[in-house]
Amino acid sequence: MNITLNGTGHTVADDASLTALVSEVTGRPLAADGRATDGRKLGVAVARNAQVVPRSLWSATALAEGDDVELVTAVQGG
Amino acid sequence: MTGTTVTNSQLSGLQDPLVIDGVPLASRLIMGTGGAPSLDGLGAALLASGTSLTTVAMRRYSPDEAGSLFQLLVDHGIRVLPNTAGCFTARDAVLTAELAREALETDWVKLEVIADEHTLLPDAVELVDATEQLVNRGFKVFAYTNDDPVLALRLENLGATAVMPLGSPIGTGLGILNPHNIELIVSRASVPVVLDAGIGTASDAALAMELGCDAVLLATAVTRAQNPALMGKAFKHAVIAGRLAKAAGRIPRREHALASSAMEGRAEFL
Repeated sequence: MNITLNGTGHTVADDASLTALVSEVTGRPLAADGRATDGRKLGVAVARNAQVVPRSLWSATALAEGDDVELVTAVQGG
Repeated sequence: MTGTTVTNSQLSGLQDPLVIDGVPLASRLIMGTGGAPSLDGLGAALLASGTSLTTVAMRRYSPDEAGSLFQLLVDHGIRVLPNTAGCFTARDAVLTAELAREALETDWVKLEVIADEHTLLPDAVELVDATEQLVNRGFKVFAYTNDDPVLALRLENLGATAVMPLGSPIGTGLGILNPHNIELIVSRASVPVVLDAGIGTASDAALAMELGCDAVLLATAVTRAQNPALMGKAFKHAVIAGRLAKAAGRIPRREHALASSAMEGRAEFL
């Protein structure tokens, strides 16, 4: 299944959840509540089709073909 | 901090925290993190500055640099103030703030809605719209604004937690171009006023505090200084000095000289 992740094409398993996607990209195992299982802060957020999806809903959110996902984090800035 | 009684805490300049949204901030120097060439250098500058609150921007996740800045701030016990830098519309600013709240688990946001990339000046119309939307969504809005006393009051009335007028355009280092407007904003505000943007060197920050600002926010002046850690330390002292000077009450300006040594009792040489 093809989606757009941060502006570029990305392939995920059919009916993959947002948890699976975030875990794959960040390399951090995630619990069902969207928090990293290593206990440290994950520090990322997700917008799917221009709607912010709270981390608590990631595992219940299945991706669909053509979804546009933005995955952001804190970087240096004024 | 009025009157003539000077307490030890005033003299040390350390026991007079800025309280925002019920949170005491030990330092009145809010730092930005933009423009630092390396994370190590940035960490040293932040520590030297003594800052308790530091801004970050929200950008697309990149595996190479992931999480390191947020972790650096967490490790140093510095509170994070996400910004909406790069947003040109209220819609983008609100979305970015929502992402920041989710990623960093804070409802504080430095609201920045700029008109164009050339001036980086705030777009007043979009700024007002975004402030209203964010306040309604429960955000604590630190509104980056023009040095316009009327607009600053409008933002406060819409529920902004702090108003942050610019001294001069972002990154210019031109200092405070309209001190009179800053004083006017301070005199009418009942929320904290933070001088944000345009600071070039320590004396600019001291002046902001002397004008009555509650805090100063700067990034470039430290991160792009030849020695960022040393400049961070200079700003730490400048903000304290300016606040103490404001509390102490400066002498009025005079047109002519006023001798400080008595004229009576001088020796006469024949």
